[in-house]
Amino acid sequence: MALAIRVNGNTHSVDVDGDTSLLWVLRDVLGLTGTKFGCGMALCGACTVHVNGEPTRSCITPIDSIGTSEITTIEAIGKTAIGAKIQKAWLDREVIQCGYCQSGQIMSASALLASKPNPTDADIDDAMSGNICRCGTYVRIREAIKQAASG
Amino acid sequence: MVIDHHASRTTRLGEVPSANVLSRRGFLQVGAAAGGGLMLSLSLPFGNREANAADTFVPNAFIRIGSDGQIVLIMPYVEMGQGTYTSIPMLIAEELEVDLKQVRLEHAPPNEKLYANPLLGVQATGNSNAIRGAWQPLRQAGAAARTMLVAAAAKKWNVDPASCRAQSGEVLHPPTGRSIKYGALAADAAGMPVPEKIALKRPQDFKLIGTPAKRLDTPAKVNGTAVYGIDVRPSGVKIATLAQSPVFGGRVKSVDDSAAKIVKGVRQIVRLDDAVAVVADHMGAAKKGLAALKIEWDDGPHAKLTTEDIARELDQAALRSGAVAQTIGDVDKAMASAVTKVEALYHAPFLAHAAMEPMNCTVHLRKDECEIWVGSQAMARVQAMAAKAAGLSPEKVIVHNHLLGGGFGRRLEADGAVRAVQIAQHVDGPVKVVWTREEDIQHDMYRPYWVDRISAGLDAKGRPVAWNNRFAGSSVIARWLPPGFKNGLDPDSTEGAIDLVYDLPNFRVEYIRVEPPGIPTAFWRSVGPSHNVFVTESFVDELAAAAKQDAVGFRRALLDKSPRARAVLDLAAEKSDWVKPLPNGSGRGGSLQSAFGSYLAQVAEVEVSKNGAVRVRRLVCAVDCGTVVNPDTVQAQIQSGFIFGTTAALYGEITLKDGRVEQSNFDTYQMLRMNEAPAIEVHIVNSQEPPGGIGETGTSAIVPAIANAIFAATGKRLRKMPVDPAVLKKPT
Repeated sequence: MALAIRVNGNTHSVDVDGDTSLLWVLRDVLGLTGTKFGCGMALCGACTVHVNGEPTRSCITPIDSIGTSEITTIEAIGKTAIGAKIQKAWLDREVIQCGYCQSGQIMSASALLASKPNPTDADIDDAMSGNICRCGTYVRIREAIKQAASG
Repeated sequence: MVIDHHASRTTRLGEVPSANVLSRRGFLQVGAAAGGGLMLSLSLPFGNREANAADTFVPNAFIRIGSDGQIVLIMPYVEMGQGTYTSIPMLIAEELEVDLKQVRLEHAPPNEKLYANPLLGVQATGNSNAIRGAWQPLRQAGAAARTMLVAAAAKKWNVDPASCRAQSGEVLHPPTGRSIKYGALAADAAGMPVPEKIALKRPQDFKLIGTPAKRLDTPAKVNGTAVYGIDVRPSGVKIATLAQSPVFGGRVKSVDDSAAKIVKGVRQIVRLDDAVAVVADHMGAAKKGLAALKIEWDDGPHAKLTTEDIARELDQAALRSGAVAQTIGDVDKAMASAVTKVEALYHAPFLAHAAMEPMNCTVHLRKDECEIWVGSQAMARVQAMAAKAAGLSPEKVIVHNHLLGGGFGRRLEADGAVRAVQIAQHVDGPVKVVWTREEDIQHDMYRPYWVDRISAGLDAKGRPVAWNNRFAGSSVIARWLPPGFKNGLDPDSTEGAIDLVYDLPNFRVEYIRVEPPGIPTAFWRSVGPSHNVFVTESFVDELAAAAKQDAVGFRRALLDKSPRARAVLDLAAEKSDWVKPLPNGSGRGGSLQSAFGSYLAQVAEVEVSKNGAVRVRRLVCAVDCGTVVNPDTVQAQIQSGFIFGTTAALYGEITLKDGRVEQSNFDTYQMLRMNEAPAIEVHIVNSQEPPGGIGETGTSAIVPAIANAIFAATGKRLRKMPVDPAVLKKPT
């Protein structure tokens, strides 16, 4: 069954089972490898994308549940004003180490700022605790979100 | 001469001669680069984990100065988040007098013929040794290139080289105001004699070293363009995932793949001796196919194995005498005359690495050649082991290294590459083998389980007069680098247990190697010290308590011979408000570590709830890691190590039941998260000693500080990690 999905402003036709996770369609079918696989169970947040602006774990999102929703991935988040601000803050604050989880962190953080332009520490905890960073960059992620919010 | 990295580590920087004699057969060779320009080939030393073949010149790093002025560094150390891709180029840029932005890094040889196989000669990144190894040779190479560029300009202008100087990527002749860029000089410089004596910059003249340089690898990591091993997509690549025998040493008995074969996108099922893989168009289909397989396993000899069996064996082994790692004075005599004796039994669990990028490897096996794409800490090992698995000679195996989504020691192993080759032998075309998180955790090679029996005697004033530590566990070196295991000992298993900073007049440490049945063990971030520092620094705290002394004051009194250790301890105590009281249920604990060539003192502040839940609130570190190349990276690595160690202290444990690893994903093998992350302060001591390692230090150092803080908060001594809230729960 061919499905049409909207990713980063483009329409793609993909021929996979309807229960295939969005993550694998993005990575293996469309070649958008910026979105990462970490756990496959929505436990780590590495696969976070935006579906109509909502932060969504693509590893447990079946492709046939997407419909005509607009999917935004790390490859295109820099085209939004908030995404660009987050990316800049991430570089300014030298957040990144191995970087593998950071696509997901940036997607979660930009969704947070879109809904709460001036997040409190508790807001940051709520929005970001689903994203694991094994390099332990949490201190700097928090600082970078605050910088992006104030800038 | 071949630069001896161990000698350079122990030499005070101020005493390093300002000139070093270089030989063409030594660590550096210079010549013309293909396409014009200057090419320097150098041999960088690796740490004690890799045998250095010093009798022949085998370059493993290259610096090319092109006629366009671009400086390209091709180096053997890999980037796994520790900042090596920034700090190593800083060393060259400093001596070469160029902007850091002018130095470009290349992962793999762009020209197979030019670089041929020596690049893969001896290669591994681990043991926090990149900066330690590169510190002298890379600066010397940069200085040699600068000298030759200056000589080329002086010849062109027909002036004395001493009247010229290098600055910002060009050579200047101040008397006449002339200047010429490196690019225009590179080809001529290649014909200049290699300088016999090279003057390195004095530390006070450093422009880059010691400044917080921006990382070079990060812009690609914020927009999804960075390519990790798992991201490679050679043309026509298929995706495979696998189920390996749930019991180590088990085999496949039977496979019913009828349901898997009809899953849309599944191409083939590969049955191996001890694993089954599903090859598909995409990972979604491969996983669905895997779930549809009916596999019957023969669990083999370890079918009933439990963690308790292993712990019991180690407990028993630690009763026997072992190989003596260090002995000072007469421990037995001193112990007999001690006024107070303290004895304890410590346990450290198996731990998985759980790098965020699950294990993966892409292989294209052709008739007489094998191409591999992977993110590895040890490319040469990947090449050698893949060649063996494929039945090819190593030079027929091409390894493309990519960014690592975390290494932590896991990617010093080549088991994933071997597995991918075994699968690729059944697949026509390239195949990317991706492990699920469950496979990654259940088929890791684990930080060993260790048991320590430790005792000490105190005199009437509470000063330790005897120290006796005997521990049992796996030796990773004995498997990974067999020549490194000698007389029952290896340098990794004992680091952090011997050569303590404290003045202990009667001291003995013994090690008993015991390999757990069936369980593969491996290096894990902070390696030997990950358990030794936990035991030693927890036990020092026990002694302070037995002596009824303040834990910082007790340590301080033993540091007369270790001024660097005493300085970091004092600084950490001051910055952490050590003497300031905390509310009930909270506590501070300290630890002091000398490992990887660096000194760390840290204070943890914890809060323990009535139900025993531990919250780590604040971590304060004072660090002396010698000359700091990139202070921001030092900060970042200690923050990182502290989170890694806090995760281990609070949650880290791999257990076995019926031969199977009981944990499988981040729900059962938990990681510290944003809402639990403590505040972290890092204070760097100004030092001109040679650089020490930093990537692993925080991990081992913080675990005992947390255990000691829990003791301060609750009066309960935790001798087994991770923290068990049931033990700390207040009776109701």
